[in-house]
Amino acid sequence: MKKMARVVLQQITKTFQNQKVVKGLNLVIPDGSFTVLVGPSGCGKSTTLRMIAGLETATDGEIFIGSQSVNALPPGKRDVAMVFQNYALYPTMNVYDNIAYGLRNRGTSKKDCDVLVKEIAEIVGLADFLKRKPSQLSGGQRQRVALARAMVKKPKVFLMDEPLSNLDAKLRNQMRVELTSLHKQLGSTFIYVTHDQVEAMTMGDQIVVMSDGNIMQVAAPMDLYQEPENLFVAQFIGSPPMNIVPAEGRSDQLWGFRPEKAVLLPASVSPVSAGEMWTAKGQIVSREILGSDTLFHVETEKGRVIVKTETEEIGQYGSNVTVTVAKPHVYIFDRVSGKKVGRLAERGQVSALAGGVN
Amino acid sequence: MRKAATAHELPDAGQVRAQAASRPTSRPDMMTRLRPYLYLTPAMICFILFFFYPIGSIIYLSFQDWSLINLEAMEWVGLQNYTELVADQEFQQVLTNTLVFTFATVGISLGISFLLALWLNKKAKMYGIIQATVFSPHIISFVSVSMLWMWLMDPQFGLLNAVLEAVGLPGYTWLTDPSSALLSLILVNVWKGVGYNTLIFIAGLQSIPGDIYEAAALDRSPWWRTLTRITIPMLSPTMFFLFIINMISSSHAFDTIAIMTQGGPINSSNMLVYYIYEQGMDYYNGGFAAAASVILLLIVGVLTALYFLFMSKRVHYR
Repeated sequence: MKKMARVVLQQITKTFQNQKVVKGLNLVIPDGSFTVLVGPSGCGKSTTLRMIAGLETATDGEIFIGSQSVNALPPGKRDVAMVFQNYALYPTMNVYDNIAYGLRNRGTSKKDCDVLVKEIAEIVGLADFLKRKPSQLSGGQRQRVALARAMVKKPKVFLMDEPLSNLDAKLRNQMRVELTSLHKQLGSTFIYVTHDQVEAMTMGDQIVVMSDGNIMQVAAPMDLYQEPENLFVAQFIGSPPMNIVPAEGRSDQLWGFRPEKAVLLPASVSPVSAGEMWTAKGQIVSREILGSDTLFHVETEKGRVIVKTETEEIGQYGSNVTVTVAKPHVYIFDRVSGKKVGRLAERGQVSALAGGVN
Repeated sequence: MRKAATAHELPDAGQVRAQAASRPTSRPDMMTRLRPYLYLTPAMICFILFFFYPIGSIIYLSFQDWSLINLEAMEWVGLQNYTELVADQEFQQVLTNTLVFTFATVGISLGISFLLALWLNKKAKMYGIIQATVFSPHIISFVSVSMLWMWLMDPQFGLLNAVLEAVGLPGYTWLTDPSSALLSLILVNVWKGVGYNTLIFIAGLQSIPGDIYEAAALDRSPWWRTLTRITIPMLSPTMFFLFIINMISSSHAFDTIAIMTQGGPINSSNMLVYYIYEQGMDYYNGGFAAAASVILLLIVGVLTALYFLFMSKRVHYR
């Protein structure tokens, strides 16, 4: 029978030497979800994960795993497994012993232990490496040992603290796919910490954006991208980040639009339906060719913005251009609180506009 | 400055190969081969002068009958010094004392240091103060330490006996009793060595990544298993290093013996290095002293080699 593993954080606070690093978090992590805690360095995401694991004690608040409050339970009794950033494998033990160590401590018989270790090693592709020490393995293989060590315990919750950050880009992409399919296969609750928004967007089904010890937004990846609740999320999610420009006629607001929603026109061409568009004349100061896309950095009369276009189109532009954005793609934020107020126009109007933005 | 060759001056590849083949050894090649040896020469000269020469010299002298007061009367006696030495009861006792002292000092000192390091490997200020206190004997000279302990162990006015008497126990003749003199020296050397060993152990413990212990906590590892399966194997290079240097320094003990007991009473606390000193400097028996030195060299060499042979496979180097 599958173990119920909803994780609930109630008013969780963590203070280190009079400095609050986690400030009264309230969060529900649904059973079986792949929840990603994402945010810049020092935002409290790893501390939150470590409090769930029991490696840090919460200064205040309560943590529930399933229906049980786990605040008073030591890490080993919480039925969680963790994959660390540096893998934290036992360097003096071989792969077999690394995987079997937790089972032995739980009193699993030698025979069962052997069956379980070999079964897991087969799943993660380590069957031929069981006698090797961690120092004799590549980064990717070490990562698999760490995963196998976590999986073999069949925990309620998997906790992962930036587990891919030590891998090269190619292996990272591969492991990302493998972790996602592993989650689907196991159906357990995964809580994953990363500072990489691409990792968060591609892996998570629920993303928790954190900043300065607070939760800024909890949502599914596309909701975060399309409906950011505040300036922080708008600028943190999306690569490159959302352009922020002063609001026209309102000093208490800021407007924002995504670089991929902006359109560049040669300065000599007047935008069609200019009234339905945010427009700004400017000069291209630099461009970054990313492959299929190109980023133009444009110094406009309303501030510097980034526009993302298809690389095929880059020949069309001189140095003087007009940046246009359909008003439904322009978000309005409160200048003081940073909260989203709405959009310049309803989204339904987008398809009717010239330029074909969608 | 040499003029750079232009394209039309360059010989073709075939010519260059032919010229190279006709030269047996070109000058730069010779220099390239000699350069490493030249760089090593100053170090090798020091090594030969202060290491190989004294060892060779002492081995040569151990086959001679000679005295410091009459070096000209040196006479080749072959293995006679060794055979007499091995048959000598006094030397046998000295050898036993040295082995007992070495193993007891190393064992007790490393054991206490390891436990102290486990206790003191914490971040609070109090532990830092205790660490400094424990380390302080290491920076005091052996002469001062010996004088201090002679006073502490004084049968009439010493602090140790005062404490024993205060708790109703009889006083003890620490350094003047043949049954306790060696033990007293072991106590002094352990006291002096514990601080250094503890510090090295603490450094070793601090080099173990904290997340390994966190992984162990998540794996429900009980403390004793964490100690035996993680801490001790991870500390094995530190233990290996400390064992070797402690064994060498303990087997070379001299200062405390010379100041506290002069090898007595009745040779009960005499050890090899002090015995060598006595033979060479007091009895002017250079041959005997040289032979005993060679035996000491062999003992330390064999013990170190054995330890390397049996333990090096168990040492985990990161």
